[in-house]
Amino acid sequence: MTRAIFLGLLLATAAGGLAARRWRPGTGDTLEDWGLAGRPFGTALSWCVISGAVYTTYTFIAVPAVLYTSGALGFFAVPYTIIVYPIFLLVMPRLWTIARRHGYLTTADFVRDRYDSPGLAVAVASTGILATMPYITLQLIGIQVVLEAMGLAPAGSGTTGVAPLAVGLAVLAAVVFATGLRGPAMLSVVKAVMIFGTTAVALVWITVEVGGVGAVFAAAARALPARTPQAGTMLLTPESYSAYATLALGSALALFLYPHTVTAVLSARSVRVVRKNAYLLPAWTLLLGLLALFGFLAIAAGVETPKGRGALAIPLLIRSVLPDWLAGLFFAAVVIGAVVSSGIMAVAASNVFARNVFKEYIKPDATARQQAQTARAASVVVTMGSLLFVIGLKTQAAINLQLLGGVWILQTLPAVGISLFTRWFHRSALLAGWAAGMVAGTAMTAATGFVAVYRISIGPLQFASYPALLALALNLVVAAALTPLLTRAGLPRGLDATDDADYTPRAPARAGFGPST
Amino acid sequence: MSRLRGAAGNGAQRRWYLLLALPFLGLLWPPLYARAEPRLFGVPFFYWYQFAWIALSVLITWLVVRATDDLPEGADQP
Repeated sequence: MTRAIFLGLLLATAAGGLAARRWRPGTGDTLEDWGLAGRPFGTALSWCVISGAVYTTYTFIAVPAVLYTSGALGFFAVPYTIIVYPIFLLVMPRLWTIARRHGYLTTADFVRDRYDSPGLAVAVASTGILATMPYITLQLIGIQVVLEAMGLAPAGSGTTGVAPLAVGLAVLAAVVFATGLRGPAMLSVVKAVMIFGTTAVALVWITVEVGGVGAVFAAAARALPARTPQAGTMLLTPESYSAYATLALGSALALFLYPHTVTAVLSARSVRVVRKNAYLLPAWTLLLGLLALFGFLAIAAGVETPKGRGALAIPLLIRSVLPDWLAGLFFAAVVIGAVVSSGIMAVAASNVFARNVFKEYIKPDATARQQAQTARAASVVVTMGSLLFVIGLKTQAAINLQLLGGVWILQTLPAVGISLFTRWFHRSALLAGWAAGMVAGTAMTAATGFVAVYRISIGPLQFASYPALLALALNLVVAAALTPLLTRAGLPRGLDATDDADYTPRAPARAGFGPST
Repeated sequence: MSRLRGAAGNGAQRRWYLLLALPFLGLLWPPLYARAEPRLFGVPFFYWYQFAWIALSVLITWLVVRATDDLPEGADQP
């Protein structure tokens, strides 16, 4: 029964995704049309599309899994996805406006124009692609976990377990190739309805089943201290305060530098849509917070996962407590969510490749059509390539790489985020800061054994921090120190192709409000 | 023509954006809320405090968007 509902819904999804090809027909075979769906989305659709990029399936599986195994520390996802919206409101309307005016599809497009520097642009572009790839792999691992809990795929990685996943991925590749952003966008609406519906019902159902809210927290408080190898806690311990805060802040600052979030935001129809979403999107944070508590529900329901497989906690909980039909709906929602997220990510990475690698370095005179075709081809390589990652890498390696991805993408903050507001930095100083941040961030993350928290001591002061933020601090210090030196040495600062007035909307009577190219 | 400045306005308008600092102050100092009591419907303070901030930050962000909404007529559409 669970499987029948699940598979039926997925088939309908695949058909719907492919049908999206004819949705809001665009202006022709251009990257703008394939990779941003022609920037058509109003408030409601943008809400679905942006959430599809931000609140990924892996998040919905992994966050409750951390609460299940470690307790309070995993809840950092909530402050993270709260403070991300003030940042969103400051940054995204400016990025949307400048991108619309100059026809940018990626942050690297912007950096190139702002600093007259293909070198800095390719650093930003390659960081984006590098950070996105393991993120896609994690979505597939999310699907894999669901399939495993349903008994549709054997446990563990390796080639035997990936056959169902490979079929799903081939469908995803076809949808993305044929429809670009349209398919994932249409499915993001389905995902939104299904995930809100099933989560609400499941939350109430399971809470009642295990004896109420008080019983849930009491059970978690009993079980967490007995966790091995490291005891979990219901509340943060003083040693983890700084880790909690820096993880939330670092993740929030990094989120809107990812290519897929940028793609999702740039596909909005107007700057007003972007601004409205700054206060509408937190509905998803509420959902994420409630789903996080499923980690405690799993404890209260007596779910036991195999050692080191905390990610199975939620799927096993759903399977053991909920009736078949509801479990089928929930699993389908989670898998459709993964298709949406990985679809947007694949489109975004392909946009970056077509614009900032192919057109910049391989074929500078590429037509709009050739760019679109390149992006389509790249999307197939990206989706199928991530399958190789799933086969070749252990799950833990993909998680490590994704953690590194977050550390890396944050190093583009000075060149992208800060540069939306000021052009004070010298372009070569930004490049040097980026390089320093990348090396230091990678080294620190590797030195911690990939646990996302680096312990640092400055004199008598000792604290633990998300290494991404420490690397960013170094990045900023290098960029700020080199800027006056390089400027004084007479290194050219390059021409700024953007104008201060380009970053804020103006009345259409005064000037055209379309891409300048 | 200050009404045409839009999202990052100036002067009195820009001051509204300072409100956006509140969620950071409320959430990035965990000693403020890493406690079990007072509970709400059996939920420890640590958890419901952060849930409450979702609503608070929506309210703040909505207020800032409304107060700074000086986008020129027609700028909404391409």
